[in-house]
Amino acid sequence: MALNRRGTSTCVFPNMPVIVSAASVVGPREGKGPLGPLFDLVCGDTLCGEVSWEKAETKMLRQATDLAVAKAGLQDAEIDFFLAGDLLNQIISSSFTARDKDIPFLGLYGACSTIGEATAIGSFLIHGGFASNVLVASSSHHDTAERQYRYPTEFGYQRVPSSQWTVTAAAALVLSSQGEGPKVEAVTVGRVLDFGITDANDMGSAMAPAFADTVWRHLSDLGRTPDDYDAIFSGDLGRVGSKAALHLLKQRGIDLSRVHEDTGLMIYNMEPEICSGASGCGCVASVFAAKIYPELKSGQMKRVLLVPTGALHSPTTCQQDESIPSIAHAISLVYPGWEEKGS
Amino acid sequence: MTRARTKDREEYNRLAQSFHPPRPVLRNALKAFLVGGIICTAAQVIFGYLSARLPRTQAFAMTSSLMVFLGAFLTGLGVYDEIGRFAGMGAALPITGFANSVVSPAMEYKREGFVLGVSARMFQVAGPVIVYGSLSALLVSILRVYVFK
Repeated sequence: MALNRRGTSTCVFPNMPVIVSAASVVGPREGKGPLGPLFDLVCGDTLCGEVSWEKAETKMLRQATDLAVAKAGLQDAEIDFFLAGDLLNQIISSSFTARDKDIPFLGLYGACSTIGEATAIGSFLIHGGFASNVLVASSSHHDTAERQYRYPTEFGYQRVPSSQWTVTAAAALVLSSQGEGPKVEAVTVGRVLDFGITDANDMGSAMAPAFADTVWRHLSDLGRTPDDYDAIFSGDLGRVGSKAALHLLKQRGIDLSRVHEDTGLMIYNMEPEICSGASGCGCVASVFAAKIYPELKSGQMKRVLLVPTGALHSPTTCQQDESIPSIAHAISLVYPGWEEKGS
Repeated sequence: MTRARTKDREEYNRLAQSFHPPRPVLRNALKAFLVGGIICTAAQVIFGYLSARLPRTQAFAMTSSLMVFLGAFLTGLGVYDEIGRFAGMGAALPITGFANSVVSPAMEYKREGFVLGVSARMFQVAGPVIVYGSLSALLVSILRVYVFK
């Protein structure tokens, strides 16, 4: 058994990596939502002064990463790794952002779970002694995703009630071996699960089993109950997926209803066209950076479980009637004073 | 086993379905009826105006062209997708919806250039309608010429 491994698949960090800064940049619609004032930057329009949405997404990701590094009081030269991913083909937003940074880069893809994947790998790199500072980031843009996964943006069609609205947002975190901030206490890397959902308009249901499986394994590996957390965030199952996930966990004897929140239901005012909720790499990442991170940092919440979930399909596989494989990673985070209190 | 067995898949699909919000069929139908009706009434008014001044066949063609222009214009203004989101089939079925389905990808892919962007993607949505429309017209024509002569 590896030294820092618990149970079937959970890694713990005796020297907990610290999230020393977090930054978020969002689009106009997200800026008008309930979390609007909490984001660092809100773009005036969806093009952010660029000529294409792809360029706009890259710009937002660059702004978020620059902001996170500046907030940490660091320079790019002091960052050892840059880990990022997004929804676009060949993860162009991330690679194009990395093009303007002189930092060793690892591009990741985990759909909406990317920020979880990046935080997990970043924590491993720091705990393994391979890095002092790691920049992790992810982004999504409603219009770039819409044109890649669905229809042209000006095409008039009615959205399906179970579908989710891709968020226009980018967020970045700086993980450090030392410093002040919330700490990564444990990570459960998810398995890819497929329960046979083929409808790309129902990603919440496709991802719910992966969420339930990862949460269940995390809790049993560490011998914990949901009550050990102030909140357990899924990102982003939407209304439909959240119900399915809570039901699946209940079947395994775990009642999550008291602590569960879905980041896909936090970012918008839930107008009818949002349908089941928000989604996208930028959703859980920006909600974490803008809302959850400050609350952890101030000690308002002592321990939370962040579980970003990703639907690993492509438009091609859906057209070929393949079902949607999904993944979820659990990141357990504690507030800065955790060690001293020792609780 | 990370890929669920067929039995589990079916069971989960049923469970997931039970959490879906019901589709507001009646409300959607009403909205489609209203908006589709308004579009068709507008076309009828235009046709009435034109047929008083032009030969009937020309008035037909002119009305269709005007409605296509109107759909394209509203798409260009960024309004038609809102109408479509509200009215569904009521906005998609009339010829204005057809114009929207051609103009929206043409606008969308302008940045990829006029050859591989605009012209290549223009019929991304309307293509199937044109293909199967032509095909069924051909089939019906064959039936009419050879079977029900």
